[in-house]
Amino acid sequence: MKTSRRGEIYDVMKVREDFPVLARKVNGHQLVYLDNAATSQKPRQVIAALVDYYERYNANVHRGVHTLSIEATDAYEEARAKVQKFINAPVPESVIWTRNTSESINLVAYAYARKHLKAGDEIVTTVMEHHSDLISWQQICKELGTRLRFIPRTEEGLIDLSTIDEIISARTKLVAVTHMSNVLGTIVPVREIAERAHAVGAVILVDGAQSVPHMPVDVQDLDCDFLAFSGHKMLGPTGIGVLYGKPEILEDMQPFMYGSDMILEVSYEGAKWNQLPYKFEAGTPNIADAIATGAAVDYLENLGMDAVWRHEQQLTAYALRRFAELENYRVVGPTDPSLRGGTISFTHDQVHPHDLGTALDRLGIAIRTGHHCAMPLVKSYGHAAVARASMYIYNHEGEIDHLIEGLKQAEGYFSHAGSRRS
Amino acid sequence: MQDLGDLDSLYRELILDHHRSPRNTEPLISPDVEVDAVNPFCGDEVKVQLKTSGGTLNGISVTGRGCSISQSSASMMGELVKGRSVEDAMRARRAFQALMKGEALTEDQLADLGDLEALQGVKRYPVRIKCALLAWSALEDALKRVRA
Repeated sequence: MKTSRRGEIYDVMKVREDFPVLARKVNGHQLVYLDNAATSQKPRQVIAALVDYYERYNANVHRGVHTLSIEATDAYEEARAKVQKFINAPVPESVIWTRNTSESINLVAYAYARKHLKAGDEIVTTVMEHHSDLISWQQICKELGTRLRFIPRTEEGLIDLSTIDEIISARTKLVAVTHMSNVLGTIVPVREIAERAHAVGAVILVDGAQSVPHMPVDVQDLDCDFLAFSGHKMLGPTGIGVLYGKPEILEDMQPFMYGSDMILEVSYEGAKWNQLPYKFEAGTPNIADAIATGAAVDYLENLGMDAVWRHEQQLTAYALRRFAELENYRVVGPTDPSLRGGTISFTHDQVHPHDLGTALDRLGIAIRTGHHCAMPLVKSYGHAAVARASMYIYNHEGEIDHLIEGLKQAEGYFSHAGSRRS
Repeated sequence: MQDLGDLDSLYRELILDHHRSPRNTEPLISPDVEVDAVNPFCGDEVKVQLKTSGGTLNGISVTGRGCSISQSSASMMGELVKGRSVEDAMRARRAFQALMKGEALTEDQLADLGDLEALQGVKRYPVRIKCALLAWSALEDALKRVRA
């Protein structure tokens, strides 16, 4: 892996040229996009894949004998195979297209948990889940009479495994954990948790919404039973997600939705389910966005996920060093860059995150403010809201400098405001 | 602060003053009604407590936490409606909502709003309108319960 003259792992400026939106000005300033944990921007190659499908071979899949339908089916299945390779899944049919991470998790809740769990069983999650990996399990617990238990965090915001053997016990039937916190940036030791889950005979689902776009993720190495993630956070379009499942577990599950494409044979009395993965893909799927997700995978593979991760680690370390210079801003979450990703939440001692967000927007800097769909976690730090800057492949140190400068300006603005004329 | 200068139309001094030193924050002992409002979008909170007699709001407490817009609006609202009639408070709420929607207000309506006119700039920042209205939705609920 070569390092460019700017000390970068790949040429970030060249990468930026692939993202039309990054050339935009916002409120008279060059856009600095630091809301990647919410959604990433899209390169020309992904947008071109969408246009190409609609302009050249738009047709339904798995049905026609005509050329367009065959081409569409091939491209759709090729995209599945790309995702399979990307996460090192054993077979293409272990990759199911969904709408997003939330739908993938719901699929497991409805099609797996409802069938395999019963009253008295336990589901284990962590205290740093996104609402989509929390509410599904709360509802399953209400419905089935199962109990939800939580792996705690340390003061700093790392996962505390010291009581894991007590929390994941013989009563545990399902473990659902995030791979990277969308608030704290914390990397969750999924492999260790998976080992413990399997030792007690439980299955483990990993919410990879924040990890798959940013680091090499290998489902066989993690030994997870399910992995859920979204296309739109990894350069792909919105409206497309993935559920990976171990084939033998998926085989044993009932369909989640009923309709065309998911059946093999239908009579007026009943139906026989199609094989994997189609059993879980009822109706005409999101063909264009699946194909474009394949293009997004190509883009990331071309950079190399090791390089992507190293770039973000470098940038995170730089950003954390710059944050440490600021007297009244505090990072919420781990400060050791090797234990976290490039999602940095922070607060100011006096200025509310929402006011910070509005001030930064005036400077063209896009961050997110609020509870980030993790209300209990943000509350546990004593906040109702935090500000969050999150990075991706096209961000660079110059943009972090803009952010820090913007934060200083915002602080100055709100603290000197008393001397202004009303 | 040249770059942030155009924020002055949003963050008027009066707003920041109410945010720094909110008024009427002393909790009421045995209030007649108490309403909490939360903006799920940002987590901002406002609690309104009322004491009434003969259709007059003779006690009000407004507390909460959140951004300068939500909390200054809450503080100014408390100042405005304290000691006024339930009808006056309802009218003020309607006028303030109209102000946020960018509707033209009559001079009487503007006069009714007093200091709250300082929040006019919020209408240029559509995502922040919800912040300004949070306290008022709590007040509206509280007033309805008073009348019920």
